[in-house]
Amino acid sequence: MDFDLNEEQRLLKDSIDGLLTDSYDFESRKKYMKEKGGWSKAVWGKLAEQGLLGLPFAEADGGFGGGGVETMIVMEALGKALVLEPYLATVVIGGGFLRHAGSDAQKAAHVSGIIDGSKTLAFAQLEKNSRYDLFDVSTTAKKKGDGWVIDGEKFVVLNGENADTLIVTARTKGDRRDKTGIGVFLVPANAKGVTKKSYPTQDGLHAADITFTGVEVGADAALGNPDDSLALIERVVDEARIALCAEAVGLMDESLKTTVEYIKTRKQFGVAIGSFQSLQHRASDMFVAAEQARSMSMFATMAGDFEDAHERSNAIAAAKVQIGKSLKFVGQQSIQLHGGIGMTMEAKIGHYFKRLTMIENSFGDTDYHQRRVADAGGLI
Amino acid sequence: MDLAFTKEEQAFREEVRSFFRDNVPPDTRRKLVEGRHLSKDEMVTWWRILNKKGWGTSHWPTQYGGTGWTSVQHYIFNEELQSYPAPQPLAFGVSMVGPVIYTFGNEEQKKQYLPRIANVDDWWCQGFSEPGSGSDLASLKTKAERKGDKWIINGQKTWTTLAQHADMIFCLCRTDATAKKQMGISFIVFSMKSKGVTVRPIQTIDGGVEVNEVFFDDVEVPIENLIGEENKGWDYAKFLLGNERTGIARVGVSKERLRRIRDLAGKVESGGKPIIQDAAFREKLAACEIELKALELTQLRVVADEGKHGKGKPNPASSVLKIKGSEIQQTTTELLMEVIGPFAAPYDLHGDDGSNEAMDWTAQIAPSYFNNRKVSIYGGSNEIQRNIIAKAVLGL
Repeated sequence: MDFDLNEEQRLLKDSIDGLLTDSYDFESRKKYMKEKGGWSKAVWGKLAEQGLLGLPFAEADGGFGGGGVETMIVMEALGKALVLEPYLATVVIGGGFLRHAGSDAQKAAHVSGIIDGSKTLAFAQLEKNSRYDLFDVSTTAKKKGDGWVIDGEKFVVLNGENADTLIVTARTKGDRRDKTGIGVFLVPANAKGVTKKSYPTQDGLHAADITFTGVEVGADAALGNPDDSLALIERVVDEARIALCAEAVGLMDESLKTTVEYIKTRKQFGVAIGSFQSLQHRASDMFVAAEQARSMSMFATMAGDFEDAHERSNAIAAAKVQIGKSLKFVGQQSIQLHGGIGMTMEAKIGHYFKRLTMIENSFGDTDYHQRRVADAGGLI
Repeated sequence: MDLAFTKEEQAFREEVRSFFRDNVPPDTRRKLVEGRHLSKDEMVTWWRILNKKGWGTSHWPTQYGGTGWTSVQHYIFNEELQSYPAPQPLAFGVSMVGPVIYTFGNEEQKKQYLPRIANVDDWWCQGFSEPGSGSDLASLKTKAERKGDKWIINGQKTWTTLAQHADMIFCLCRTDATAKKQMGISFIVFSMKSKGVTVRPIQTIDGGVEVNEVFFDDVEVPIENLIGEENKGWDYAKFLLGNERTGIARVGVSKERLRRIRDLAGKVESGGKPIIQDAAFREKLAACEIELKALELTQLRVVADEGKHGKGKPNPASSVLKIKGSEIQQTTTELLMEVIGPFAAPYDLHGDDGSNEAMDWTAQIAPSYFNNRKVSIYGGSNEIQRNIIAKAVLGL
């Protein structure tokens, strides 16, 4: 039992914190947001140079063989700096599918491009009525010759505009809510029949709604078993949830820090408003919420390595519940303690609040995961 | 970072667990499970079993009879103890006055008191709070005046837990009325059987008598009963309170209670089926379990940090333990109330001093709920804890 970072992990943390301190102040972020697809190619290149895009891949595939703790370190740092670049979509989710299910040929085709920063990915999963159920898939993949023809609509695909390759969940068999018959397919973003409608999201990222109309892909497009990949999807999405928990911890840390600094300097009635006990107690409760979230983010990171899929999912669901509750409190109270200035687009704090809020609604919200834990028989 | 318990730690957990299974008197365990009170004899009997095993004063330095366990082992021991459940060692002796004596006392005092604390030959109580000095403890007024080779003590303490059983008291007394309030306090120990000591029970809203008022009327105490230096008592009090940080979360206690709730909720019916099948109840229970898991992890972070950096430097996360730990304990007693529903109402007039076996165990649920309102008040109220976080952690 040891919660401290080892030497290599400390170096990793210093390296990414240093990079983001240099290139990710709030003003720069506004410029990056205006680039195509909503993020900076130059920053992405720097992340690649420092080896961060290859972090979780095996050394045999050209990566660094990093584990859950390494990803947690990076995601916390990305959260703290409110980073726009598609690390979650490309490295955590895209990389996750390739690591867990990619054939040698698929890895050879995609991993080196991810690691050197030349290629990004996006996960086309959400459908009009699927909400948070990963098995609720209407998009179809029908066999044609050796390959498949994909038809359907996917929504709010993060990095959908810039991605070179889309990872698409599609049904090869059965009905909309069947748990079998679901496959995962690698689809080139420029394939014939792929149309995209891109837009910015509330938190400053970019996403796209993507329609697949008779999109033909080859036999080598299927990741894992095209008829039974729900367990794979759940595993990768669990890893995305773990990463989001860590990102939220970074966001909460920075929100609390910014808010405490603000109430120390903002004066009313001739004194710093942070001298008022009602504000002190609110800030203390924010600290408590953030620490509980940090503990559960660590728990989720640890759970990522659990052998038993049921135990893993239950633990990560529990973490997402704690993070959801904490982020809502820390986010809302950060705005409250900033007062009017917290309501402005100009102040940094509102942007933290917005990113936190979008994390709550990603891959299952607090109620969704609380119900999962309850139905699984609890956590004790 | 490695968040798993080692093989050795897991083996240690098994050892502790099997010791409890073989040695905790079954009636003692049952009473705790049912939320009943224990008699003095039942508690002392168990503590002597623990002391014989060498685990009664596990966290003391080895030269005074401690085990030399790591922080993680202490954590495992406490968790197993609380969740078995077995009575915790008497904090006033083992966790509070014991460490003050072996740290600040002289050789004579160590020889005289430590073995008796370990074997509970003396039952100790804590003389800190006064009617006018709760959160503002340093304003205390109980006076100790030097007269020849004696202290003459006058004043009143309150909220003195289990003073009705006590043989000895450790007491904060004002010995210099002219000094700044924290500077004129001394740490004096004496017999509760001394002439001039009066104990008056306070009945709490649960109907029980756990706490007392204690009056001192010209109590004569030998001069050598001062621990450490005169007028340094406030430092020792702070040391003492800092020692009980991690145990205060009471994660094991809440775990045990949640297991009991889940068990009862499978039996008690609501709407013609077990209440556990009610989605709203089940989610509330899950929510509490999740909060407890987060607290358990937070506690482990504090424990691991203590193991690494020593106990001297407080970990900011430790401030969370009291607030969250007490809130969760209170939530568990609320959930029990919800499960038992209308049968929470009957009140047993005979009360429960550990001998009222005729009392239906459900009669303890509402009293336990009422009683647990104390946990966010004692040990520095949760509002004081928030002040501490604001000042010590956030720099406000």
